[in-house]
Amino acid sequence: MNVQETYSALGLSDSEYHRILELLGRAPNFLELSLFSVMWSEHCGYKNSRPLLKRFPNDGPRVLQGPGENAGVVEVGDGWALAFKVESHNHPSAVEPYEGAATGVGGIIRDILAMGARPVALLDSLRFGPLDEERNRYLFREVVRGIGGYGNAVGVPTVGGEVEFSRAYSGNLLVNAMCVGLIRTEDLVRSRATGEGNLVVLLGSKTGRDGIHGATFASDELTEESESKRSNVQVGDPFAEKMLIECCLKLLEEDLLVSLQDLGAAGITSSASEMAAGGGVGIDIEVDRIPRRESGMEPFEAMISESQERMLTVVAPEDAEEVLALAGRYGIGGTVVGRVADHGDLRVIEGGEVVGSVPAEHLADAPTYEREVVRPAYLDEIAKLDLETLPEPDDYNEVLLKMLAHPNLRSRRSIYGQYDHEVGTNTVVRPGADAAVMRIKGTKRGFAMTTDGRGRHCYLDPRGGGAATVAEAYRNLSCVGAEPVALTNCLNFGNPEKREGYYQLAECIEGMSEACEAFGVPVVSGNVSLYNETARGSIYPTPVVGMVGVLEDASRHATPAFKREGDKVVVLGGKMRPTDESPLAGSDYLEIMHGKVAGVPPKTGLTAEKRASDLVRDMIRSGLIDTAHDLSGGGNLVALAEMAMAGGIGFEYDELEVERTNKSGRALEILLGEDGADFLIAFREERWDEVQSALSGFAYDDIGYTGGERFRVEGLVDLSLDELRDAHERDLFGIPGEAVGGSEAVG
Amino acid sequence: MGGGLVRIGVTVFPGSNCDRDALHAVELMGAEPVELWHADADLKGSDAVIVPGGFSYGDYLRPGAIARFARVMGPLEDFARDGGPVLGVCNGFQVLCEAHLLPGALLQNTHMRFACDRVRVRVETKETPWTSGCENGEELTLPIAHNEGNYFADPETLARLEDEGRVVLRYLENPNGSANDIAGVCNEGRNVVGVMPHPERVSDPALGSDEGLKILRSVLAEATV
Repeated sequence: MNVQETYSALGLSDSEYHRILELLGRAPNFLELSLFSVMWSEHCGYKNSRPLLKRFPNDGPRVLQGPGENAGVVEVGDGWALAFKVESHNHPSAVEPYEGAATGVGGIIRDILAMGARPVALLDSLRFGPLDEERNRYLFREVVRGIGGYGNAVGVPTVGGEVEFSRAYSGNLLVNAMCVGLIRTEDLVRSRATGEGNLVVLLGSKTGRDGIHGATFASDELTEESESKRSNVQVGDPFAEKMLIECCLKLLEEDLLVSLQDLGAAGITSSASEMAAGGGVGIDIEVDRIPRRESGMEPFEAMISESQERMLTVVAPEDAEEVLALAGRYGIGGTVVGRVADHGDLRVIEGGEVVGSVPAEHLADAPTYEREVVRPAYLDEIAKLDLETLPEPDDYNEVLLKMLAHPNLRSRRSIYGQYDHEVGTNTVVRPGADAAVMRIKGTKRGFAMTTDGRGRHCYLDPRGGGAATVAEAYRNLSCVGAEPVALTNCLNFGNPEKREGYYQLAECIEGMSEACEAFGVPVVSGNVSLYNETARGSIYPTPVVGMVGVLEDASRHATPAFKREGDKVVVLGGKMRPTDESPLAGSDYLEIMHGKVAGVPPKTGLTAEKRASDLVRDMIRSGLIDTAHDLSGGGNLVALAEMAMAGGIGFEYDELEVERTNKSGRALEILLGEDGADFLIAFREERWDEVQSALSGFAYDDIGYTGGERFRVEGLVDLSLDELRDAHERDLFGIPGEAVGGSEAVG
Repeated sequence: MGGGLVRIGVTVFPGSNCDRDALHAVELMGAEPVELWHADADLKGSDAVIVPGGFSYGDYLRPGAIARFARVMGPLEDFARDGGPVLGVCNGFQVLCEAHLLPGALLQNTHMRFACDRVRVRVETKETPWTSGCENGEELTLPIAHNEGNYFADPETLARLEDEGRVVLRYLENPNGSANDIAGVCNEGRNVVGVMPHPERVSDPALGSDEGLKILRSVLAEATV
């Protein structure tokens, strides 16, 4: 192989190679080239996205750590802080779904651990192709098993998440894992290495050839050859991770670490160079000291291996013995593999000889590419849609049952039933609500979390969809009574080197940023996954938002479930809509019942949306209401049915005629339209006066009462709760045929 | 008991992950929690011992199969044979079966999936130190979270368990394929109890239910008699 073939095979471009020549003032050897290759991949270096990511607002009164560290950190109160981040593991999961998903969970847990926090909650955003394809069923089943297999064993509850199925994800699934950790504010650790002469100690599992060039692999389109990259996918060991967590937390408690960093993409290379660059120092790695899983490994392999369940620490020489002894107590490996030096380089030493040496700051400084933002033509095509002529359905019963059973709206119970969501005994609101709520032991406080993504919406209108994604997370947290504080995101997009992909990325970021500013919710951490394309095309642009919020009193929360018979139900929101907008554009109804993905969904009115969300939260906090649900996929009709099923209490919608007159719309738009800012709330009738005065200045309609065993919408829907459940609670792993019902279905 | 707090030990194996939850629940019971590290052959004067849930030794080989050889199990087995109250929860139940302190075994759930849910169970006997605070026939809602909770024993053993009233908890709706809907059993001496549901997860009203305390607190009455 000549030089050009070598660097091309490593994923570096001609101009990148020439930049390396300039930076070093000489030709790199193969080892050094490998270091650049992994650190300058999109996955590690954010080459295409960094200039755009600058748009996100990062500051807020509660922010203790913004982007740039292993995870963002926000203050909760009472001396507590939350560290959190979401990260993708899309490419590995596409070729080896169980291990890809499992190690995605393991990796994000270590990011949180690296901040010094105890990981306390996991969430997952997943996207698959439709379940009528066998390959998609296999991927779905194995990804869910992998998440459970790792999360359950490692003892961190999986408390939330979301999943959608669409042809756009066939062959290019998405697996985004989010972890939230809890830490005392004074105990935060940083990853920067300091103190010349301090020792670099590698903790955890041995290093093998798994995951060689995983970061580069994740920064390319998936092709048939990707299958042959199976060996690039790491294998997870949640037991080793559990011991690593307990050991690191003990080491921090005993104040034995100068700094801590996880090993993820690009392995020791990434961790050591980031620690060195952060601290403005150099690090010597004696590569032959790294404990190996297999023999015959080259230095570059040990340096870029992505073997799981490892952490890198910097330790004062006098503490080394105690650190290694504690590692022994927890049954994990602990080895001194290098030291902090004053030269500013990441040096690789083998047998006493320097075999590679690169300035750490150059590794951390990947070149960036800015491209022209050009609106793709497809947007004009899909915007054309005449919804006025869309007929009203003949049979609303049938429509509702069909929608409730659709994989995108069906109960997620058959998924989260495979995840331990209670270990840790902090889960106050379990999966199935708009957001999960956890308490902080020893305080009254709690926190809530949600992950949301709106791929179809972002495809139809990238900027509007980006804003709506943030808005949805804001609404979900508000619906449980939490004050949204900050967010993390994972930007899943297609190839940024293509016009369409770059436009979607730039516009989604713009829309998200506008919403973040309007809501006062900063972005404190994030991850980018580009090149999500196959021969079948690009995925929907799918930014996933993970938002966290704070409850001053965790017992003052709400859930969607109807609580009592005879509660009054009110729909809040319902803005006056410009005549050129239809709430059916880009809706689930349109896709499920008419097979159409088209139209431009109504714009998110950010100010109105914030006002309505804040009102709902205030009513929950004051104890005025304990039942709330935001309207999303499937509109009012699906949201109300969900509330009835969750509470086991029926509902009578008796004000439809009044509403139709008020909004001068058809039942179709009112029942199945998806207009962001709407909420459904329920409360004791005797509080109606208080609720009305709280609602003054807002648009709302009281639409009916809870009670009985039936779900009725006057003249249009009349179904028993059992009929609703038979449709909604079907096993997602039983498709197709669906002959096997309930929990008996074996995937 | 010497008038002080009842000391309740909680074993910690590598891979236990409900140990901290159990220690917290012991505090909520009004007893003194004592951490029992797997490598120390010492029960530290515990009046009762809980073997908590989790994935001891990663569940490698077979759930509980390696943990039973941990050093802490020596004194624990002596304690159990001397009539000391021992409760195994989930993985703890599996460990106690592997250690032959309880009969039977826990196989993979028949639907081949991990199951995390709330289930209704019936207390079949109050004649154990861990159910004496309940009523016979009392129904409780308890959380489960397991992949291997499918109780199995040969027909003779099952018949003996039923005849001797040693089925402690029974599912009202079987979530895992357990023989005779069994959710918990006790040994011949009735002092060692294993249950698949997690009482420690419902021992705090802040999480919506403290029905599990009915089970955990039973041992206090027992210990202070």
